Amino acid sequence: MFKLKVNNIDIEIEEGLTVLQACEKAGVEIPRFCYHEKLSIAGNCRMCLVEIEKSPKPIASCAMPAADGMNIKTNTPFVEKARKGVMEFLLANHPLDCPVCDQGGECDLQDQSMFYGVDKSRYKENKRSVPEKNMGPLIKTQMTRCIHCTRCIRFATEVAGVPELGAIGRGEDMQITTYLEQSMQSELSGNVIDLCPVGALTSKPYIFEARPWELKKTETIDVMDAVGSNIRVDTYGWEVKRVLPRINEDINEEWISDKTRYACDGLLNQRLDTPYIKYNGKFEKASWKEVFNIINVKMKSANSSKVCGITGDLVNMETLYVFKEFFNKTLNSKNLEFRNNHSYLNPEKRENYVFNSSINGIEESDLIFLIGSNPRYEATILNARIRKAYLQNKINIFSHNNVGDLTYPYESLNGKTNVIKEIVEDKHYLSKLIKSAKKPLIIIGQSALLSNSGKYIFESIKSFLVSNNKINSEWNSLNIISENASTVGSLDLGIYSTSNGSNEILKHLENHEYEIIYLLGQDSLKFKKENEFIIYQGSHGDKGAEIADIILPGAAYTEQDGYYTNLEGKLQKAYKASYPPGEAKEDWQILNDLAETMNHRKLFNDKDELLSSMFNYLKLFKDSNTTKKISEVKDLNFINEEIKVNNIDYYYSNSIARASKTMFNCRNEKLISLSTGTEG
Amino acid sequence: MSLRSPSKEQPEHFEFNLASQEEAKKIITMYPEGKQQSAVMALLYIAQRQNDNWIPLAAMKYIAKFLEMPYIKVYEVATFYTMYNLAPVGKYFIQVCTTTPCMIRGAYNLVEACKEKISEKENELSKDKSCSWMEVECLGACVNAPMMQINNDYYEDLNKEKTLKILDKILKGETPKPGSYKGRISNEPENNRKTLVDLKNA
Repeated sequence: MFKLKVNNIDIEIEEGLTVLQACEKAGVEIPRFCYHEKLSIAGNCRMCLVEIEKSPKPIASCAMPAADGMNIKTNTPFVEKARKGVMEFLLANHPLDCPVCDQGGECDLQDQSMFYGVDKSRYKENKRSVPEKNMGPLIKTQMTRCIHCTRCIRFATEVAGVPELGAIGRGEDMQITTYLEQSMQSELSGNVIDLCPVGALTSKPYIFEARPWELKKTETIDVMDAVGSNIRVDTYGWEVKRVLPRINEDINEEWISDKTRYACDGLLNQRLDTPYIKYNGKFEKASWKEVFNIINVKMKSANSSKVCGITGDLVNMETLYVFKEFFNKTLNSKNLEFRNNHSYLNPEKRENYVFNSSINGIEESDLIFLIGSNPRYEATILNARIRKAYLQNKINIFSHNNVGDLTYPYESLNGKTNVIKEIVEDKHYLSKLIKSAKKPLIIIGQSALLSNSGKYIFESIKSFLVSNNKINSEWNSLNIISENASTVGSLDLGIYSTSNGSNEILKHLENHEYEIIYLLGQDSLKFKKENEFIIYQGSHGDKGAEIADIILPGAAYTEQDGYYTNLEGKLQKAYKASYPPGEAKEDWQILNDLAETMNHRKLFNDKDELLSSMFNYLKLFKDSNTTKKISEVKDLNFINEEIKVNNIDYYYSNSIARASKTMFNCRNEKLISLSTGTEG
Repeated sequence: MSLRSPSKEQPEHFEFNLASQEEAKKIITMYPEGKQQSAVMALLYIAQRQNDNWIPLAAMKYIAKFLEMPYIKVYEVATFYTMYNLAPVGKYFIQVCTTTPCMIRGAYNLVEACKEKISEKENELSKDKSCSWMEVECLGACVNAPMMQINNDYYEDLNKEKTLKILDKILKGETPKPGSYKGRISNEPENNRKTLVDLKNA
């Protein structure tokens, strides 16, 4: 521990901190542009100058290690003069276009110039002008405003792992650009906009949309993937204008993926705002009463075993719970399923379907083995964490398949199930490595579970880990990457019916055994409709609504309060930032009202009753989980095959993203870059 | 000075020839394991020498792959240092020093001569495409100012007439004699030695 003084306040800090961090510990704020906690130190903006006793010159506090007995002063005229001088230089070339700049109102330079700026310029020379750069469909550049803090370059190189940004030229002619102005090939590129302390990099879809102070800010949860990034949704009236990250060190740190940030314009398009009924192949508007009556008649005329419900990828847990209650109590049916494919599922214990080591745990692990997964697209933020772990600890990373660039080096095996067999039978060199590793991380992706060998891979790997004591009270090295926000919630609430891991409902569905199918926000079902009567409840007119006979307009994730469980099993609440359009209602309410029409009784009197009932259910489920005995899984059939990783269509993975123009542009850009092979 | 941008006309392909490859490998071995990227400057220079005194984008890509580093990092280095030419230069590449000592001794006369004989603007090829010239910062021959560099040779103690003569020779395809044009040996005093007079070859 070091003892030092900051503005005559005595503080004690641990060793290895910088002067700037020491000042922050003492509660003194230091202005800065280039310094950022999550990035390496550059020390080039010079805004963080402080005075240190016995030092004749002011010192850049971000790059100076704090030492014992230092006497730091941050509020002396000497410091103020130094910072004013720095600010004057920064402003010498910075344009005075704050009134038309999108950063205005949340600009570091603007804010800090209120303290340190001089009211008039002594420079008579022309200001430097820099041409705009192309950085792809997400980032708008106005490089004249750039103050060369290099945060964006450091982010791209360090966190995103795509070293495509750089500073070319020198001195006054230095310019920040991507290599030959190609667009940035990263799923995290949007974060450079937040990092930019000035308005040089701003959001292209958000250009001239709103001012930060006019927006209503709601802190909520993202549902674009299963990670559950913490976000802030900014709305202007009904419209969601933008999505920004919120700091949560356990999940997304400070970053969010591009889909999280930019799919929000999909909330404005393709919306279902009134109930529809299909007459002779055409949708016609209807009232709630009409559609409820039709559903009532249809449901009552059908046998309850001929009704099934399939839930979707963005549905919150309240809705799932009401849906389950609706099926169990109102329809007296258990035909519920959340999977839209035949992936293997062993829901016996909770640890069988969550990311047990937790996202934070990735940083502690000493070996990572990916099976049938491409985390870069399936869980971008989680992939960034793996990269961080790789940079910090230089851990060994293996992948069963070669899945292309993951932003960190890894050794790929041949992708055959043979290798898995060799590993679990202790015949592979990786078995030894896993056994000797203290905290190995085995990540099983959906592609592996979806294959014919899904059961074999999951169960044999699990028993291998159990027998080698890699699943214990301290560390559970079995990790599953779920692809959708609602997956773990659906599993916790028991929205499945399986025998031996198979998807029974889907089998029956494909054999056209059901008369009525209720799709709750399910848009990715591969299914050829015959004579089924399909009810679709959801927010967007997508693939699910297309095949429906009745459409019930629901709310999107920003338009209703709802709980989601992320892939590590963390329960988080998404808050209502906007309201459903037109006649659309919150999803739980639709089901509640429908139940009332059918049974003359609501399922729940209000949301509180629903929540307490749901939490009770979850509590019982979790309690039973700890006492449950694991039944042994028998008949593991080994099939020698090659596991293919199905690369998900990152920019088009759910109905909101598919309705988003920005995502469409990104997808096109990517397809173009793939077809021209500009990668190298 | 302004940001130098790469030439609009770029060759499709670049590869080290055998001699360059050998030289590059030799330089890379001088750096410790894992720090091969430090050789980037030397390799860019080798590429420039091989490719008629300028570095095409293909060469930057080639070097990036050679050293397993991102393209942008090589591009950054190549645009930073002014001695890397990013656009074609003449077979005779003339660099006129205009830093203070040379400027005081009349470097702008040399610039005028270049403008008359070669091209009105810097970095433009002469009519027969054999020559180009540019102003550069100090070349370290201040004692014999003003001076200019043609390819690898220094031409010192110049004035406008002498420069014009040199340029004439170059345009004819001859190589003029390098060194001082006042007849002094290397950089000895202008009017006879005043020290070490008893030593013959000092």
